[in-house]
Amino acid sequence: MCLAVPAEVKSIDGMMATVDFGGVSRTANISLVDAKIGDYVIVHAGYAIQLLDKEEAEKTLELFREMLEQENAGA
Amino acid sequence: MFRLRDREMSRKIIDKLERMSLDLTLMHVCGTHQDTLVRFGLDSEFRRIGIDIRQGPGCPVCVTPPGEIEEILAIARAGVTVAVFGDMMKVPGEKGSLNDAKADGADVRIVFGVDDAVALAKNNQKEVVFMGIGFETTSPTIAAAIRSDPPTNFSVLSCHRTVPPALAAIAEMGEIRLHGMIQPGHVSTMIGTRPYEFLSEKYKMPQVVAGFEPLDLMMGVYMLANQVRDGRAEVENEYSRVVHREGNLTAMKVLEDVFEPSDVLWRGFPVINGSGLSIRKRFETHDARSRYSDLLASVHEKEFSEVEGCRCGEMLRGILTSEECPLFSTGCTPANPLGPCMVSREGSCHISYRYRKKQAVR
Ligand code: SF4
Repeated sequence: MCLAVPAEVKSIDGMMATVDFGGVSRTANISLVDAKIGDYVIVHAGYAIQLLDKEEAEKTLELFREMLEQENAGA
Repeated sequence: MFRLRDREMSRKIIDKLERMSLDLTLMHVCGTHQDTLVRFGLDSEFRRIGIDIRQGPGCPVCVTPPGEIEEILAIARAGVTVAVFGDMMKVPGEKGSLNDAKADGADVRIVFGVDDAVALAKNNQKEVVFMGIGFETTSPTIAAAIRSDPPTNFSVLSCHRTVPPALAAIAEMGEIRLHGMIQPGHVSTMIGTRPYEFLSEKYKMPQVVAGFEPLDLMMGVYMLANQVRDGRAEVENEYSRVVHREGNLTAMKVLEDVFEPSDVLWRGFPVINGSGLSIRKRFETHDARSRYSDLLASVHEKEFSEVEGCRCGEMLRGILTSEECPLFSTGCTPANPLGPCMVSREGSCHISYRYRKKQAVR
């Protein structure tokens, strides 16, 4: 139910957008988010529920690495 | 794309956790978290190093109490078209499921989202009732549909529930001693992290909002273990690529516009105050409970009990695991489910059943 998948916004027509799930194209209702063409959104039950921050995704991985290195001595 | 399945990093996290010699019980409340935990064998790997993770009340179909299943069955049997998420079809009611009602001639449709149900009403002269189930990930989408002037033959049976009051109920009931909670990533995209803060303040509960890739969960557990070690009780956010402290303000505004909190039962729980969502009076033409109040009166008068022998209630409170139910995989299977935890793809019994054999593969 709470399964939600990232997709790229390809085109927008009012409240509806065509989004691309890695090659599979679908429409999604974007009335709950402020999305532009080229944004990544998280789609759940036909609605985009949030934008996905690609930079933050990379930063997360970087942060994980740092955390694991940093505490090497301690943990 | 954004795959977080780095094996080397996973190994490092497990090694670190193992060196901490832990004895922790954690809870998450999300079918997708449970799927990741069992599919990748993380649950048993964690158990091996002293970390027991329970699912809790994190499966919308499972927590829907018997009375609400009877409501949608009564509406369907009265000849009204009902639209539901697929997982609802096999949930057993007192006299059969929606699948059985359909075999007896009821018009029951499976939809993937509320907009499909609105389209059905638009293209159909008949009345259409959509059964709205789900937590805050889903309820704003239903609110958006109700608010966007759908046809008058469209209404919603709201069976929505909100997560934070249930977490408080778990902490308050004290049946299970929890060292931390893994909060649901997609509910949190909507509500943000703020609504969890009272749990850390009042119950000293360490919390991490986590995503759904194996590495997200491993990191979430690692962050919780560190909180426990340091004696901290905070809400940390592992899923910052999608979740922000304030959540999705537009979606929450739409949700509040259409729904108001109500006191509702959850399967396996007593009434949890403020954990339901009722459609506000302003939108009552789209409220199936007000529209079919006569039809539902007889359902509301009765009390419905759980299926005999089914332990879903205990599962949802986190005090039992699927394999501990004597009927698991013998008297109860996905083909012949006794309770909703074996019906729903997000139920812990269904998840255990479908992945256990493959568990060795990681
Ligand atoms: S295995 Fe079946 S009977 Fe047992 S708790 Fe799960 S759904 Fe209920």
